[in-house]
Amino acid sequence: MVQFLAQTFVNGINVGALYGLAAVGLSLIFGVMRILNVAHGEFLMVGGYIGFWLFKLYGVDPFMGLPLVGIFLFLIGIVFYKVVFSRVAKFHEEVKLKNSLLIAFGLYLIFPQIAMVLWTADERAISPKYSGQAFDLLGVRFGYVPLWNVCVAIVIVLAMYLFLNKTYFGKSLRGTAESWKAAKLSGINIEWTFMITFGLGISLAGIAGVLIALTQELTPVMGMSWTLKALIVVVLAGMGSIVGAFVAGLILGIVEAVSAIFMGPYTIAIGLLIFLIILVLRPRGLFGRA
Amino acid sequence: MPKNWKSFSIFGGIIALLALLPFFTKRSDVLTWSCLTLQYILLSQSWNIIGGYAGQVNLGHAVFFGLGALTTRYLWLAGLPFPVSLLSGAFIAAVFALLIGIPAFRLRGIYFVIGTLVLAEILKVVIDTRFPVASVLPAEMLLTYSLVPRYYLSLMGAVLAMIAVYFISHSKLGLGMMAIREDEDAAKTSGVGILQYKLIAFAISTFLAGLAGGIFAFYMVAIQPGYVFSPIWTFDSVVIVFVGGIGTLIGPIIGSVFFVLLKQWLSLHLPGGLHLAVFGVLFILVVLYMPDGFIEAIRRYGKMMTLGRKPAVQGG
Repeated sequence: MVQFLAQTFVNGINVGALYGLAAVGLSLIFGVMRILNVAHGEFLMVGGYIGFWLFKLYGVDPFMGLPLVGIFLFLIGIVFYKVVFSRVAKFHEEVKLKNSLLIAFGLYLIFPQIAMVLWTADERAISPKYSGQAFDLLGVRFGYVPLWNVCVAIVIVLAMYLFLNKTYFGKSLRGTAESWKAAKLSGINIEWTFMITFGLGISLAGIAGVLIALTQELTPVMGMSWTLKALIVVVLAGMGSIVGAFVAGLILGIVEAVSAIFMGPYTIAIGLLIFLIILVLRPRGLFGRA
Repeated sequence: MPKNWKSFSIFGGIIALLALLPFFTKRSDVLTWSCLTLQYILLSQSWNIIGGYAGQVNLGHAVFFGLGALTTRYLWLAGLPFPVSLLSGAFIAAVFALLIGIPAFRLRGIYFVIGTLVLAEILKVVIDTRFPVASVLPAEMLLTYSLVPRYYLSLMGAVLAMIAVYFISHSKLGLGMMAIREDEDAAKTSGVGILQYKLIAFAISTFLAGLAGGIFAFYMVAIQPGYVFSPIWTFDSVVIVFVGGIGTLIGPIIGSVFFVLLKQWLSLHLPGGLHLAVFGVLFILVVLYMPDGFIEAIRRYGKMMTLGRKPAVQGG
């Protein structure tokens, strides 16, 4: 029984780390730019497929390929920022939120269809030779791939945290998050900051996509369910908090894993329901400040 | 209101013409497209009330469409008279809206959008799991299946939605809703009961969405319960309303006609679901460059034409 619970807990952390990583990118973009990118999961899906291509066509190890995917998605993010999102970035806050949400919503219509053409509707997965291997510790099974996933996720989140808190550019990002007008008056290049932020957020989504493809299947329509997961996590954590988002991701993973024991197929619904209740009771998130 | 006579008579004339359509043509493709267009007018107008007039972007609209569709379908196939089933479906959608509306409207702006999006996902998961089997019309109903009554029902639904939106936009209720849309705090200080107005708008909107679902359930031979809860219904209505012109009476009509025609044309020329991608691009372009939709573009074009003519007259 104890072993079973411990196993559930470990499984929950394995999935939760991915939720957290997916949410950090969304949270970063929302926190700095006040743009709610409901197409976040779509970029995550693209990242997963790029990782899949690298592995399948060129035999690149998925973990070695992570920087490549990260850079590629960073560039994609910059292109999308320049072409569409930059046009709403300077609007008044409420108009910006609404219009950017609608634009991302349009992207959500487009991406799965393009992905269907490029990668067909078949379920794909990145499965290197070591993907099934695991070791036992006190009767609890640890897969190497999920363990690596959790490590990678933690390293990336810590790097993001240090970047935001210890570097000059990170400070300018946080300044922009507080008030882009004041930041601009202090001589921060807002256009540049927004562009890099969006690229970084998308790049994080892409990396999360590769890690997800290592443990779950890739489909062209997976985007929205991951967007919702990321949204849930971000709202639980309070919009714009990076480490909070990661912790909330872990919590969601564990809650889902535990409730899966009792709820079976309704697990997703339960996760979402808990989220709705928290949203109504604490609109600023569990870790958010009023 | 004498100044409205002209538009009323045009509107009445169009309805009369549409009512005569089944006498002119027996072509099932024309009737099918007309049915779809009219149903889309009903559905998009229903979203227009909450999203366009009251300014509450509801991304869970499919829930109410689906509730109406499923309720109507099961009651009807269980043997209840169709009108009763249809009204029950719409009624249940509205009641559900009121139940969730009270907590949901504690959320403002972006949080409301997320909340409705999540709600739709919950309902979809539950329905997919609870009702995995498609509902197909029994054989004796299939034998007597005819598009004509479906067409008239769709027409009635569309006309009802138009009337509802017309009255809302010309009433104190509508003014209150628009005040909330423009500035919630200002509306509150001017004495608009925010929650009450939002709930009324939500109830009317979801009643019509449930009606659209019920009509769709009557129209379709086979229905997969998960499908009527699919987010595609939300997206179609949002795209139609934005493309046509949000918060206007005529916009969703233009949007629906355009949507159905383009969808048919695209599905002939593009593989699979790529027409959705085209609509996505179109939608983004409209949001970015034409935030008031086609109707504003048409108005501007009309103005340009009249302005362009004037100097010519003066010159001559």
